Amino acid sequence: MSKKPTKHHQPDTTGHSWDGIEEYNNPLPRWWLWSFYACIIWGIGYSIAMPAWPLLNGATPGLLGSSTRANVQAEIDRYAAANKPIEEKLVATDLTAIANDPELASFTQNAGAAVYRTWCAQCHGAGAGGNAGLGYPNLLDSDWLWGGSIEDIYLTVAHGIRNTEDGDARYSQMPAFGRDELLDATQIAQVVQHVRKISGQEYDAALEAEGAVVFADNCASCHMEDGTGDRAQGAPNLTDAIWLYGGDVDTLTYTVANARFGVMPSWSFAPEGGEQRLSEAEIRAVAAYVHGLGGGE
Amino acid sequence: MSSTDQADPPPLYAAREPVFPKRVKGSFRSLKWVLMAVMLGIYYITPWIRWDRGPALPDQAVLVDLANRRFFFFMVEIWPHEFYFVAGLLIMAGLGLFLFTSAAGRVWCGYACPQTVWTDLFILVERWVEGDRNARIRLLRQKWDAEKARKRITKWVLWLLISVATGGAWVFYFTDAPELLKNLFVGAAHPVAYTTIAVMTATTFAFGGFAREQICIYACPWPRIQAAMMDEDTLVIAYREWRGEPRGKLHKGVTPEGQGDCIDCNACFAVCPMGIDIRNGQQLECITCGLCIDACNEMMDKIGKPRGLISYMALKDEAMERAGGHPKNVWKHIFRPRTLLYFTLWAGIGVALVVALFMRSPIDFNLTPNRDPLYVIQGDGSVRNIYTMRLRNKAGDETTFRITVTGEHGEPRTDLHLLLEGAEGNEISAPADETLTQRVYIEAPADSRPALADRTELRVWVEEVGAPARAAVDTVFNGTGKRD
Repeated sequence: MSKKPTKHHQPDTTGHSWDGIEEYNNPLPRWWLWSFYACIIWGIGYSIAMPAWPLLNGATPGLLGSSTRANVQAEIDRYAAANKPIEEKLVATDLTAIANDPELASFTQNAGAAVYRTWCAQCHGAGAGGNAGLGYPNLLDSDWLWGGSIEDIYLTVAHGIRNTEDGDARYSQMPAFGRDELLDATQIAQVVQHVRKISGQEYDAALEAEGAVVFADNCASCHMEDGTGDRAQGAPNLTDAIWLYGGDVDTLTYTVANARFGVMPSWSFAPEGGEQRLSEAEIRAVAAYVHGLGGGE
Repeated sequence: MSSTDQADPPPLYAAREPVFPKRVKGSFRSLKWVLMAVMLGIYYITPWIRWDRGPALPDQAVLVDLANRRFFFFMVEIWPHEFYFVAGLLIMAGLGLFLFTSAAGRVWCGYACPQTVWTDLFILVERWVEGDRNARIRLLRQKWDAEKARKRITKWVLWLLISVATGGAWVFYFTDAPELLKNLFVGAAHPVAYTTIAVMTATTFAFGGFAREQICIYACPWPRIQAAMMDEDTLVIAYREWRGEPRGKLHKGVTPEGQGDCIDCNACFAVCPMGIDIRNGQQLECITCGLCIDACNEMMDKIGKPRGLISYMALKDEAMERAGGHPKNVWKHIFRPRTLLYFTLWAGIGVALVVALFMRSPIDFNLTPNRDPLYVIQGDGSVRNIYTMRLRNKAGDETTFRITVTGEHGEPRTDLHLLLEGAEGNEISAPADETLTQRVYIEAPADSRPALADRTELRVWVEEVGAPARAAVDTVFNGTGKRD
């Protein structure tokens, strides 16, 4: 099947012979050989032009000054520059108008999600379901301690809650009724039963009757007389089905006796001479993102 | 050294023998000219055909839109998740090659392969500039002088122009052709376009101008596979050596006694683009282009002998012909279980693809339950599940969809309510030709069965408002699991 050889010639052998099998001494194909030489020359040139040879404190820099670190920074800068117009638009737009602007809505969904995953998910969970029992609120439900409008969410993200670093942080403090001996154990047990009643759970009627009085005297100023809470003070609604720490008797007893003091950092905080933790655009984006998770008001 | 007394083994490497195909006239040559014109025409004209798909979609009839991962082919639009259509077409192309190869040998190689078509075109240019076979052989041996330089440079420039046009036409399949053509000339086209043109130009120039038959012999895997597709019923190009041998020249215009029909004119060899002599029998190099048949028939006509010394034939007929019989009807070779099986498979997949194409759901969406968290308890005690819906609007206009929830068998359920993020009611508009990502909430009231159960099967429907199209997916609702 092969082409007819045009010239017959006796091929050279290396002179090696094993069991009568000889080894031809055919030259390497020229294209292969020249490619090989070209690779060597390329390799020398490359190691001069680009960072290559390892030294004690890094590698030879190369004549072209290439650096993957600089490339990454350049790429980050490029993206930052590309995002700049829309970030400026986001900062200039009223918070409530973001959802109605398709461009901003799309941007905040994506940029906000990225900010959320980086800075918020550690406490509030990757899916924003919070961490019931540890006091990290669920951001998906209808219950908001400090308000669920986009402006409220924005303020909470920007300044945080009960932190010491931001003067504008939301602040309130529940008295530790048991630890500070404002109520005795019986009174606490009674008020816990009242809270169970108003939240629609099973309760002890005898204790609850006294508890209602205790509640009116000690709790109603913040949680309101009907127990629906006061968002201005971050006082939770005690009548709904959502509990930040738990609605069972033991947890409620602990909460009344020792109080709760949930803290959230300020994301607009800037160390002296430094930049804000999150830029204004990032705070707005994540506020819009959280507002769009289903609980936003 | 024990091999000295044996026959010299052939060398492992042989330099390429230049091939100078001679001009030939005949039915196969004419067929090849027509096929070349048709195929080059299809290649160059296709990207310029317009097809109106509405304002949001490109109006190019055939477009591989890599940036948006979309493939347009006249009235058909293939989305990336429908890539199985492309896979099906590739399988059909493969089975089609099996079918044609088992029936008629290397017809693809001889008539339709781009390598053959472009090489043919390049040889046409070469012949036009440098003359026919003998003139070209002379030119090769000629020392470099003004004439040789002029002819060579003219030829190379023409080849280069064809190559640029080849590479240039290729990129038009991937973006809007008129726009790209304008951009290419003002230098505003994407660097990828220029790079692609450069690579295609270089390969066309090298493959069509210089590598030619070496691509078929050394680079292409298809000739090697084809041997497995062929059997004794396959039509191949063969030399009837029982009629032609012993070959010899005519003496004073007549065939000497005892001599076969072959007058050893070498016409078959001279026209062969692969540079082989068909009289040596079946060869790997033969692409069955049929030009040797034309050349031989021309000679047979001249000397008054019957045509067909070289022709398409099935090897099975050889024994019969040697015994003086007549070959079987060609259709009996073509219609045999093997080819019928290939055809059935090929047609079956084709029918399946067409059916699948027309049965595509007009609404395409999926619904993924968010699993972190599995459910959310609302202030009033109701239980909410969150889903991410991806809804494709395949239409060229903005379309409104209504989204509803039912039980697992489509029965209405009053204990499940569907809400959409950022929308009043349960209707949502999707922009033309876009995939909408939408958060969907399904709520079960406090203490309702789905709220307390572990899992509830349900079905979510999407229907186009004002149109009959609708589609559904099955999914689940996670409750608190307090009561199963």
